[in-house]
Amino acid sequence: MGFLDKEFTQDNIVVTNLEALLNWARLSSIWQTTFGIACCAIEMMATSASHYDFDRFGVIPRPSPRQADVIIISGTVTFKMATRIKRIYEQMPEPKFVISMGSCSNCGGPYWEHGYHVLKGVDRVIPVDVYVPGCPPRPEALLEGLLKLQEKIRNESMIKSA
Amino acid sequence: MKSFEEILELLKSNFSGENDISSSKEGTEDIINVSPSLIKEVSKFLASTEGLEFDSLILLSGVDDENGEKVKQEDESIDITGGTLSVYYHIESVKLVHKLILKVSVERENPVTTSVSSVWGCANWHEREAFDMIGIIFNEHPDLKRILMPYDWEGGYPLRKDYRNPEFYNGMKVPY
Ligand code: SF4
Repeated sequence: MGFLDKEFTQDNIVVTNLEALLNWARLSSIWQTTFGIACCAIEMMATSASHYDFDRFGVIPRPSPRQADVIIISGTVTFKMATRIKRIYEQMPEPKFVISMGSCSNCGGPYWEHGYHVLKGVDRVIPVDVYVPGCPPRPEALLEGLLKLQEKIRNESMIKSA
Repeated sequence: MKSFEEILELLKSNFSGENDISSSKEGTEDIINVSPSLIKEVSKFLASTEGLEFDSLILLSGVDDENGEKVKQEDESIDITGGTLSVYYHIESVKLVHKLILKVSVERENPVTTSVSSVWGCANWHEREAFDMIGIIFNEHPDLKRILMPYDWEGGYPLRKDYRNPEFYNGMKVPY
């Protein structure tokens, strides 16, 4: 398109509609609550680091839930933590999204039967938008989950009901 | 460095008159059984007597001995009545390079023993864990509350062999 690199040397016009523009802006700067719980969090950090580079999709860790758009539940959700997750989620401003990363936060994972301390799926306390399977999911899988979330935002509408 | 037999003899002669010190072999390990009412004094003795000087508590663990009467419930789970719960103390003298295992057994229906946290400071959290998981109560503990499970957990002691998950915790469903 030559839009960005020729921005200052050539005049250019882009035609779009407001909704698409807003959605494009929102999906290109999904800020993530700095938050990780168990082994999956290590993979999430790897995804943020230079090799997989979350930042190229506009995802940066934001150390305050009040200025974040997405929370990635990356690990085992214990009952003790579930109470706190709910509170963090409630502190985030709308619109907010949740990515559940790994078997643990999807459904209890390895602790599904004998894990007396584990909540069997974070969707029992907060609504989940994207589930990423794996134990742990590879960074590529988390990236795929993010692309799915972007797709969801791209198709959102302010006037049409979902 | 002292051998197990020497330590056992020393303990027996110092806590005589009571039938509270005995030894047993579990697996490959020699163990000294101590009665709950004596454990604090015995620990103090082991820690401060010259030639013993057990200056380090390596680990303290609660165990469900599972030796009571088992009754099978309709849903395949079991209920245990009677029998004992135990606390194992692995102690070491870093200075004199010898080790020892102590064992205290308490009744399942009345699992009360005495804290040794005034002798070895690190027993504090270990005892809280044994309380949290198995439900053993340590008298004279400075701060006996749950350490891993939520403070307001009322579902029981998860590592007991007859533990059953509660249906709900604070409105969250517990079973899968
Ligand atoms: S899903 Fe696997 S890797 Fe992820 S937190 Fe659970 S146990 Fe750890």
